[in-house]
Amino acid sequence: MGVSTLPHAPVGEPLSSCDDTAFRMHCRTWLAGNLPPPPNFGLPVSAIEIASDEQLTYLRNWQRAAYDAGLVGCDYPACYGGGGRTDCQAIANEELRSAGAPYLPNIVGLGMAAPAIYHHGTEAQKRRFIPGILSADEIWCQGFSEPGAGSDLANVQAFAERRDDRWVIHGHKVWTSLAQFADWMILLARTDRGHKYRGLSYFLVPIAAALGRGVEVRPLIKMTGGLGFNEVLFDGLEVGDDALLDQPGRGWSVAMTTLLHERGGGPLVTPGAGVGLAGDASQTRGPGGLPALARSCVRAGRAAADDPVIRDKIVRLLIRERGFLATEHRAGHPVLQEHPQRLQLQHKLLLSELLQDTARVACEIQGMASTLHRSHPGLVAGEWSHKYMNSYGFTIAAGTSEVQRNILGERVLGLAKSK
Amino acid sequence: MPVHTAIRPDDLGFSDEAAMLKQTARKLLARRLPLEQLHKHVAGTIDPTRECVFDRDLWTEVVELGWPAVAVPKACGGFGMPLCAMVGLLEEVGRVALPCPLVATFCATAVLRSCRAPSAHELLKKIVDGTPVSLAITNRHGSWDHEDTDVRVRASAGLLTLEGTAHYVQEAQKAEFFVVKAQAAEGVGLYIVDARAPGVRIVPDAIVDLTRDQGQVDFGGVTVPAHACIAKPGEGAKALAAAWPAMLLAVTADMVGAAEWQLQTTAEYARTRVQFDRPLGFFQAVKHPLVDMMLAIDEARSLLYDAAWAYDHAPEETDVCARMAKASASDMAAYCSGRSVQLHGGIGFTWECAVQLYFKRQKHNEVLFGDGSFQRAVLAEQLLGPIAAVAGAES
Ligand SMILES: Cc1cc2nc3c(=O)[nH]c(=O)nc-3n(C[C@H](O)[C@H](O)[C@H](O)COP(=O)(O)OP(=O)(O)OC[C@H]3O[C@@H](n4cnc5c(N)ncnc54)[C@H](O)[C@@H]3O)c2cc1C
Repeated sequence: MGVSTLPHAPVGEPLSSCDDTAFRMHCRTWLAGNLPPPPNFGLPVSAIEIASDEQLTYLRNWQRAAYDAGLVGCDYPACYGGGGRTDCQAIANEELRSAGAPYLPNIVGLGMAAPAIYHHGTEAQKRRFIPGILSADEIWCQGFSEPGAGSDLANVQAFAERRDDRWVIHGHKVWTSLAQFADWMILLARTDRGHKYRGLSYFLVPIAAALGRGVEVRPLIKMTGGLGFNEVLFDGLEVGDDALLDQPGRGWSVAMTTLLHERGGGPLVTPGAGVGLAGDASQTRGPGGLPALARSCVRAGRAAADDPVIRDKIVRLLIRERGFLATEHRAGHPVLQEHPQRLQLQHKLLLSELLQDTARVACEIQGMASTLHRSHPGLVAGEWSHKYMNSYGFTIAAGTSEVQRNILGERVLGLAKSK
Repeated sequence: MPVHTAIRPDDLGFSDEAAMLKQTARKLLARRLPLEQLHKHVAGTIDPTRECVFDRDLWTEVVELGWPAVAVPKACGGFGMPLCAMVGLLEEVGRVALPCPLVATFCATAVLRSCRAPSAHELLKKIVDGTPVSLAITNRHGSWDHEDTDVRVRASAGLLTLEGTAHYVQEAQKAEFFVVKAQAAEGVGLYIVDARAPGVRIVPDAIVDLTRDQGQVDFGGVTVPAHACIAKPGEGAKALAAAWPAMLLAVTADMVGAAEWQLQTTAEYARTRVQFDRPLGFFQAVKHPLVDMMLAIDEARSLLYDAAWAYDHAPEETDVCARMAKASASDMAAYCSGRSVQLHGGIGFTWECAVQLYFKRQKHNEVLFGDGSFQRAVLAEQLLGPIAAVAGAES
């Protein structure tokens, strides 16, 4: 699960600007009048934790509206349901973010399936699938991980067997976010047991329509008690060649395109605001930020904000937050960097660890109140212990922090491969 | 909170001209000061009371390239370039651990720029011509409080007399002029003093860093004319405060450049040195700290560029931005230095290996103008408010 699914980057100043003022103004004007009213139920921190139909419906309607207004899929060609523009999604995202718009629910579709299909699909596949992804008519999930293939993704064992002109799929996928709502899945499966990498193929397979006919979705409960995770079992699902993305045996290459976009480094900018309505988007500002929290919590007889150790810890995080935003800015401009991939590849690692450490310090500031479950009546200081637990999802998903460090060390510093 | 609200332009003010300056500096310095030469030049003796080495030819080249003039206003004959150009240049200076008084002179430039007196302008003109200048502003405790000084000034018959000692003066033996902070009845002021003036005595410190010098400067009844005063008593602290962010960023830039050298050099070692039949970088206990060095450097560099832009365009944000950059860089420098020695193993622990030169330069930079925890304590005042007095302790 990708960068774009991280709860949200902290909000600072807009990080880039673009010349297309008219488009920017269009986004701004439309957003000013068309943000949905906040729901009367809670929304989760990010799209991958959507747990109920009412949450999904609310967010789906929102994506549909934003799509109809031209804010989603701006950079895809019109024949695939896109806006036919260039370099405009980044503008739309900035405007979505500064308007405090809700996140988009079809996150796997937008961030992974659409770019993979766009770069590797047949004309028919692009016309068939991309419009439904952009409009959220069809929700997607990602079937990569398996019990024996996580960080070592190429070890995937799910098998697609050739029978006449069909593919028959058996296998076991885990940690599949959104599968309980998904119409489709991007599936990495083995078509040849003789080659680790060249034996992989990439499929676009139905989920909802195939339930009970070779597909079973079982919920998994996360450490937070939340839903959103699933196991997906394939027991003889049959699909045709039109389900194959790119050539048989090219699955690893398509998976790499997918992961590049998932981690925010691909040529296509993923649509989305990043910011949830739940929004304590910045740790410096607003009632949800650490300084405000520290002023309201008492520690050893005085405000936690007056404790020198706590002060130091908070300021360290504020510096990291500011550094993260400044690095994002720098990453957009070649003159401010020395190596083309060095900053892009840091994004996921920096953000997920910053959010985790922030939540940990917030719990420390809360003291005994951080022992309380977020459902505890009268809990005033927010959901930090929940966020802290949840933050591990982001340091594990989409390539763990350890794997990110391997990637950075190998691709940017040229160190020997660790595997 | 009035922090980070101004919208930054794409290039953070880093013009083609600034990029060119940085590029040229990198090429030139790499050619002019190869590592072996630097080592030979600064590490010729292990004696901590060594003579100050000052490669005048090198300095002359630096002056001819116009580097001391980069931050001097056009009105004083300089290039008047934005701070981002200067920090780009100083990154390259740090990368080669340049043993020249450029950072110290730049810090003095920043202070002189914040003083309006004609004599400040005169000295800026001398800087363009290659005169090294340094600040004599620190007391015996190494305090960074703008009001603290162990030098007193007395006025009589149109002349000013300075008495006392400035400590931890950077490049004390190379500077030809000092900008001295001195206490009068009305508060602290700033004074220009010729290093050769009668009564000035420079006592070198035995310091760890081999790429610079530092010393104590005694003022034994040094008499200067009234126009040597560039910030009147009571106005010195303000002038220093205005220049302070630029000074913090100068040292930050030096640290970022030096750390990039540490990273690249250590990564190169990890790519080539083989143990257990594999290059060191294969092992994650080596690989991951190298990546963490890179992350820390990039954070500091991002904050550096961001703050340099603020210095020129958003003065109300400058102090916070600059302190954030210095705090980040100080901790980063400590980490990178530690790892650069550790990951080189035994060779990294030798005098002969160049990592020691950078380790020591960084160690010095880390504390100069306040280390990470010092900056964070000041930032906390601004971002979290002052610490409320504990009840009962008030009376
Ligand atoms: C919130 C969440 C959502 C997810 N959603 C999806 C989804 O929708 N679809 C999907 O396909 N997958 C999904 N995943 C799965 C995720 O991609 C994997 O969990 C992840 O890649 C790690 O694999 P693993 O769980 O098998 O752990 P392992 O690979 O077994 O790793 C265990 C530990 O060992 C470390 N480790 C492993 N290999 C190395 C190495 N080479 N060097 C150093 N350390 C190493 C890891 O960093 C980790 O700390 C999700 C996971 C989470 C937490």
